[in-house]
Amino acid sequence: MTAAQIETVTERLQPSLVGVIAGKEIRDAVASKWFWMWTVAFAGLAAFMAAAALPGSQVAGFGSFGRTAASLVALSQIIIPLMGLTLGAYSIAGQRESGALRFLLSHPISRSEAFIGTYLGLAVALGATVFGGFGVAGVITVAQGGGADASSFVRIALLSWLLAISMLGFGMLISTFTRRGNAALGVSIFVWLVFAFLGDLGVMATSVATKLPMWGLLVSAVLNPVEAFRLASLTAFSGSLDVLGPAGRYAVDTFGDQLGWILFTVATVWAVIPTLAAWARFSSGGDV
Amino acid sequence: MIVIEHLSKWYGKNEVVKDFSLDIAEGESVALWGPNGAGKTTVVRAMLGLVAYQGRIEIGGLDAATHGKSTRRAMGYVPQELSFYDEMTVYDLLDYSAALRDIPTDRVDEVCELVELTDHAGKRVRELSGGLKQRLGIAIALFPDPPILLLDEPTSNLDAKSRDAAIGLLQGLRAEGRTLVVTSHHVEEMAMLVDRVVAMEEGAIKVICDPSDLAEELGLRAWLHLILPNGSDVEALRVLHNQGFSAKLNSRGLLVEVSAQGKGEAVAALQRAGVVIEDLEVWR
Repeated sequence: MTAAQIETVTERLQPSLVGVIAGKEIRDAVASKWFWMWTVAFAGLAAFMAAAALPGSQVAGFGSFGRTAASLVALSQIIIPLMGLTLGAYSIAGQRESGALRFLLSHPISRSEAFIGTYLGLAVALGATVFGGFGVAGVITVAQGGGADASSFVRIALLSWLLAISMLGFGMLISTFTRRGNAALGVSIFVWLVFAFLGDLGVMATSVATKLPMWGLLVSAVLNPVEAFRLASLTAFSGSLDVLGPAGRYAVDTFGDQLGWILFTVATVWAVIPTLAAWARFSSGGDV
Repeated sequence: MIVIEHLSKWYGKNEVVKDFSLDIAEGESVALWGPNGAGKTTVVRAMLGLVAYQGRIEIGGLDAATHGKSTRRAMGYVPQELSFYDEMTVYDLLDYSAALRDIPTDRVDEVCELVELTDHAGKRVRELSGGLKQRLGIAIALFPDPPILLLDEPTSNLDAKSRDAAIGLLQGLRAEGRTLVVTSHHVEEMAMLVDRVVAMEEGAIKVICDPSDLAEELGLRAWLHLILPNGSDVEALRVLHNQGFSAKLNSRGLLVEVSAQGKGEAVAALQRAGVVIEDLEVWR
């Protein structure tokens, strides 16, 4: 081959290359003990919660399906952010630390193809874990005669996956700022603590200290993606936001039937923003 | 074929490549030579778009910054640090690389055979020795049959026998008319592989010369460590001093300072004086 024979290829995004990279990420996930640990843990806890929600009993105003769904939401808002954040945080930083990212990017692929392929592969792997867990819980609920509302169940599963890919996006954003896998993991665990625990406390403290108006309380709640997921999920299966107190009632009164879609849109926006930020940073051409 | 104009690279406040300009003709073989930290590897990585840089790099008439996919398609790369996906098998890694380059999978077997990796194709990358990893790196670089090869210390992890084999392979690639850019510490190796040497120091080009002139251009020196029979070291020292060599005794023999290209002169002087040399090593 000579200089005259240098082929020019499209510099645009090639879906086939994205698919090759995503396929490798999925194969890696299936071969990874971490993936199976998360999958078994999530499915096991979901199964336990579904089995523990005895049919016919009434707790906190929910029927057996409602209690299963409420338990799964509580489980998801703790475990899924941790899964998504750690998986995303290690993805790029781990490859950068080992030198494998340099190997990958020395091929005729763009950084966008590498990023999107990695993201999609991990999003599919997370989807398998989330839908697998919800599938197990659903089967147990139906087997117990729980009278599951299938559409609500699917909506919560979908919202859980949105939460997972939102956290994956945050994790990958962390990953683009760190050169070492362990450092990225450390930051991701701190961010998980903020989202899952401290954020909620912060909103409560702020509302008490500043006497936030109802709408302010609602907005500050959905500024935390995990809280946005929780509110969207609660609306999906109960149609109300009583858990949020007066602010919840204000939301229902103000938005009515549109509340579910508004919260779903907020959760979707939270899935998109960190991913776009991570993509922009990774594709900006910094050192590998 | 390759045009680099005013390439500069900063890491924080440290300028690791300074106003580097170089033209490499099609089919030419060029070595980047210099001590650690001279900036050789950064120049190679900039050509691949692995680091952000200032300046312009053109490969086959295309700007590497805006046509990264096309220019990388024209280049095979053997990295200095052989870091791949450690959990993949050799075959799977080559298969993945083939898919990323849109190369038929048949070529995996062909390249494995060329670099004698067929017997190791089922091993995980992390199970390979340094030498086998180096061969894997060469296999990946040769995979796309590229017109340009970037070889960052391609023989650094090889034993003497494997190094000879690799040099033979690279000489063959050079004879086929490929453009080679090699970084190396070994002056002798470069004489066998390249047409021109670009000597770098602290990120800047110090001299560009023929490989046979490098030692003289840079005043490179080496030390011969001579092991002599008991009692002959004083006589050897006298002979070498009379011939104008700088030499001194050490605990196990004699150290003689020689030019990098003139190591045989000191040995010949001792032989003419009838001094027996039991063994020798070259220190740089």
